[in-house]
Amino acid sequence: MILIEDLSLAHGGTPILRDINLTIDRGGIVALVGPNGAGKSSLLSLIARLRPLQTGRVVIDDLPVTTTPGRELARRMAILRQDGVFAGRLTVRELVSLGRFPHSQGRSTPQDRARVEEALAQFGVADLAERFLETLSGGQRQRALVAMTFCQGTDYLLLDEPLNNLDMFHARHLMQSLRRMADEEDRTAIIVLHDINQAAAYADRIIAMRDGRVVADGTPQDVLTPDTLAEIFGYRMQVTQIGGKPLVLHHL
Amino acid sequence: MHKRRLVLLAVLAVVSVAAFLTLGLRGNLAFVLQIRAVKLLALVQVAVSVALSTVLFQTVTANRILTPSIMGLDALYLFGQALLVFLLGGLGYAAIGGGWKFAAEVLIMIALAAVLLRPLLTARLDMSLLLLTGVTIGLLFRSLSQLLFRLLDPNAFAVVQAASFANFNALRADLTIIGSVVTFAAAALCWHLRHRLDVVALGREAAIGLGIDWSRTAALLLLVVALLVAVSTALVGPVAFFGLLVAALAERILGTRRHAVLLPAAALVAIILLVGGQAIFQHLLGSASTLGVVIEFAGGIAFLLLLYLGSRT
Repeated sequence: MILIEDLSLAHGGTPILRDINLTIDRGGIVALVGPNGAGKSSLLSLIARLRPLQTGRVVIDDLPVTTTPGRELARRMAILRQDGVFAGRLTVRELVSLGRFPHSQGRSTPQDRARVEEALAQFGVADLAERFLETLSGGQRQRALVAMTFCQGTDYLLLDEPLNNLDMFHARHLMQSLRRMADEEDRTAIIVLHDINQAAAYADRIIAMRDGRVVADGTPQDVLTPDTLAEIFGYRMQVTQIGGKPLVLHHL
Repeated sequence: MHKRRLVLLAVLAVVSVAAFLTLGLRGNLAFVLQIRAVKLLALVQVAVSVALSTVLFQTVTANRILTPSIMGLDALYLFGQALLVFLLGGLGYAAIGGGWKFAAEVLIMIALAAVLLRPLLTARLDMSLLLLTGVTIGLLFRSLSQLLFRLLDPNAFAVVQAASFANFNALRADLTIIGSVVTFAAAALCWHLRHRLDVVALGREAAIGLGIDWSRTAALLLLVVALLVAVSTALVGPVAFFGLLVAALAERILGTRRHAVLLPAAALVAIILLVGGQAIFQHLLGSASTLGVVIEFAGGIAFLLLLYLGSRT
């Protein structure tokens, strides 16, 4: 369970997050949606301790993020950021292997290597395994990064716009992989998504943010109504139902 | 593949060392060999400390074209030296023992590095800003040293001037023992941290996500870099591009940045270039004083090539 209490963040006097209180249970997919600058990425990086907390508390499975050793947290929580920039020559396999670092500390066991091969195959980068990251396209690199994050094998995955650069095939595949992980292994994914229909189809819970506040929180059926959507994004859009899931016609 | 290339580098390094020790031997063998062995120890230690400090610095800044000297670390060291001479006077400076002198210079340098460079690493400036800051810091401290030089009397000036240019002939033997201890300890620490360094190279956020205590690790690595730069600068003076040349060559030859391979490879390449080059210049060409120039020339070209290749990708 992830517990977020009274979380606020300001950057140079400008408030970015205001009084966020959330409880995220274990198991399932939680989608964070909202317009640009709503504070979604900031919230994710505070949960993942990438930034120091200013006020409030974040607790992962009874472990406060500020005082728990980094290695302990890295075995429970993995984060994929939007802008992974890597210096130096690193092959895809080397990158994905680093996902096992919290467990192996660099001395990888046969199980670690098996997990790496599994992740490489799962995200379709096995045939790119010996290529250097700098020679890959944006989408291929994104898949390598996703594979590394999965490979960390944590109960919680925080993904910041993981569908960036992915084509439809791979975007769908990633969402299905997350769904399977949530259903079969009771793991939890918290994803920042811009494609609201991906959230509608795969998420168990949608948390909508605007101006640093949580403005809606509930199942896709609850949140994805014309009124709530207008409150979040600032314009009205049609919502229909297909196969029992809401479909938002946001582009019309 | 990596193993075979590492072995090849090791063989070349051994050949360089043998050449340095045996080329043009004349006169009392025991005496000459003893002198050469001391000099060899100093050269190897400079090579290893420059190679390790550069690789560590590139790793912690997640940047392949930075070196400690581009960021002005050796300028900091030389400023500390000039400051000591200025405060104690030429005689006073000459009177304190080599070990204490070195310790004082290193302390001044670490204090300056902690104040000036740590904020840069934690704030994550973009690369052009980082380079600019480094060049400015280097310029500032070189100018401050120049100012101190002007205020010194000529005798004291002669004392610092001798230390301000890279010179692979006038090695300071008194510091070789201290330097060896520092370099050996740093090398052992690097080897111990080799897997963690691979993660650190991913950059701050990815490293934290994988469980690295970033601020502590970055501070520790910066401290080690400062110590290594102090050791090599104290022994031979500042070398601007040698580290860059060595790190780039090692990465090219091995085709990886995994530290378990890269660290020993960079150290071996540095030994080959420095000891082998010195052997050729000193014993075959008889014009030893130019090795520094040649190495800086090659290193400068490597720097430009990296900038050129980097800008294309």
